[in-house]
Amino acid sequence: MSWLTNFVRPKLQALVRKNNVPDNLWEKCPGCGQMIFHRELEANLRVCTQCGHHLRLTWQKRLGLLFDDGAFGRIELARTDPDPLKFRDRKRYGERLKESQAKTGEQDAIVVAHGTMGGLKTVIAAFNFDFMGGSMGAAVGDGLIAAARLAVAEKAPLIVIPASGGARMQEGIISLMQMPRSIIAVDEVKEAGLPYIVLLSDPTTGGVSASFAMLGDIAVAEPGAVIGFAGARVIEETIREKLPEGFQRSEYLLEHGMVDLVVPRAELRETLIRILRLLRQPRLDATGLVPYQAV
Amino acid sequence: MPTFLDFEKPLAELEGKIEELRHLENSGDINIAEEVARLQAKVDKLLRQTYAKLSPWQKTLVARHPERPHFLDYTGRLIEDFTPLAGDRSFADDHAIIGGLGRFRGRSVMVIGHEKGSDTAARVQHNFGMARPEGYRKAQRLMDMADRFRLPVLALVDTPGAYPGVDAEARGQAEAIARSIETCLRIRVPLVAAIIGEGGSGGAIALAAGNRVLMLEHAVYSVISPEGCASILWRSAEQAKEAAEALKLTAEDLLKLGVIDEIVPEPLGGAHRGAAETIQALGDAIERSLGQLGQENGDSLRRLRREKFLEMGKRSLG
Repeated sequence: MSWLTNFVRPKLQALVRKNNVPDNLWEKCPGCGQMIFHRELEANLRVCTQCGHHLRLTWQKRLGLLFDDGAFGRIELARTDPDPLKFRDRKRYGERLKESQAKTGEQDAIVVAHGTMGGLKTVIAAFNFDFMGGSMGAAVGDGLIAAARLAVAEKAPLIVIPASGGARMQEGIISLMQMPRSIIAVDEVKEAGLPYIVLLSDPTTGGVSASFAMLGDIAVAEPGAVIGFAGARVIEETIREKLPEGFQRSEYLLEHGMVDLVVPRAELRETLIRILRLLRQPRLDATGLVPYQAV
Repeated sequence: MPTFLDFEKPLAELEGKIEELRHLENSGDINIAEEVARLQAKVDKLLRQTYAKLSPWQKTLVARHPERPHFLDYTGRLIEDFTPLAGDRSFADDHAIIGGLGRFRGRSVMVIGHEKGSDTAARVQHNFGMARPEGYRKAQRLMDMADRFRLPVLALVDTPGAYPGVDAEARGQAEAIARSIETCLRIRVPLVAAIIGEGGSGGAIALAAGNRVLMLEHAVYSVISPEGCASILWRSAEQAKEAAEALKLTAEDLLKLGVIDEIVPEPLGGAHRGAAETIQALGDAIERSLGQLGQENGDSLRRLRREKFLEMGKRSLG
């Protein structure tokens, strides 16, 4: 099991991180513009105490929130050629990658973790929006394949949490090819008879939405998340009119039949556990308890 | 009067002169015929020189050329008994994607593809080849039907991209594209895709996850248009030429990357100067591909297709 790294205790990491943040920090809510004391915001899972706006979560907090006791193990992802096209715009892609790696301490925009949720073994692949907008290139595709294969090997459900603007332009056609690639990955989970659940978070757009993200057995969205294919600005420029209120938000997708549930952050863990149990533990024993063998 | 691209201006001038001389030809002066032949030789030489080293941005313009053969030109010449089948059975028929049964060199096939339209009225009718969810859902329906009746699928890709509109988003553009790619990857019949003009992003891969992906010599295939890429990464659409270079969207580069399997040559001066020849050449390439895939059973066709796409990203340009 050399490819499994040791268990990470995110609560410890969170403690370390806190030291870097001054206590008197206030953060402005992008929803209502109110200034919120950061401790209050963190205590409320980064949901605005005034308007209920769900601010973005780091992958660490996200995973800490979902796994039992906030505990999980990460798997190391194999490295591929990070710059297949030797892409250069105003800056080399290679440099952009290094900057993002230095900034986030991560190799790329996806983290694959496993642990238990409500006692059930679960694999989660979470996007890291801070890494080049969570954009999907070959490394993210690799991460999704690794996550799917881990789920199949452990006979565990797969939960993917996109937070991504879409394909990584700097990988050109290779990023487009991650659409079929990621779809094959999640199909492997489905074919093994295991649940594939997508937790759509802000934002899920472009090539990410038009591939694995829209193919969950169950699609759960966080309130107010932007989810859609084309960017709002592109649509406005095409149709030359104002977009409707709430367009491409989770609630709009729910209304249009594109997601199953919109669930506030505070209820996410219990909702996902309930769904996993309903799918994975179809019969309770005579005492109404879950038979032991289930996990 | 044919449409000349910006970089074809010298050609346009020469051909204009030829045209003028031809009008004089009736006067019976023998020197005029000689002069026309001389100019024509010059045109051919210039064409050869220009088209031998088209830049990625020039190829983008050629791929979008209004007189380039489109889907219906291909079906007209390659498919007998073509019988378009309409509708996604839940909302509408999308004219940006056409599909149907037909006979390709003797065998029944399902043909699906984007149609851009060849005059103003047709371009509007076909929405410039930009499909809405119902287009991708029609494609899924037809691929599943082909699967059921064991018919090979031919997919001709030519789109600027999926339609960016409120209605398209409301009906699930992202889901429709995702499901269409999933269908390409699931079916147990040969799927031969060909990029015949513009392979625009998600709207293209929705039909192009095939066992074999062919590409015309001057077609382009990319995750984003050069203009879109430039406006995001260079913050100005003016830099489209640089973006086109960086994106590596030409058939030559895509072959090296293993994204396409074969380049289908175009006649001198591009497909818009020789539609019949181009269509014939693509037909031959499709026939060869179908011949190779004919050896495989359904399960291995599906498995090989999936293995091929799982490999994407392993090769890089040196």
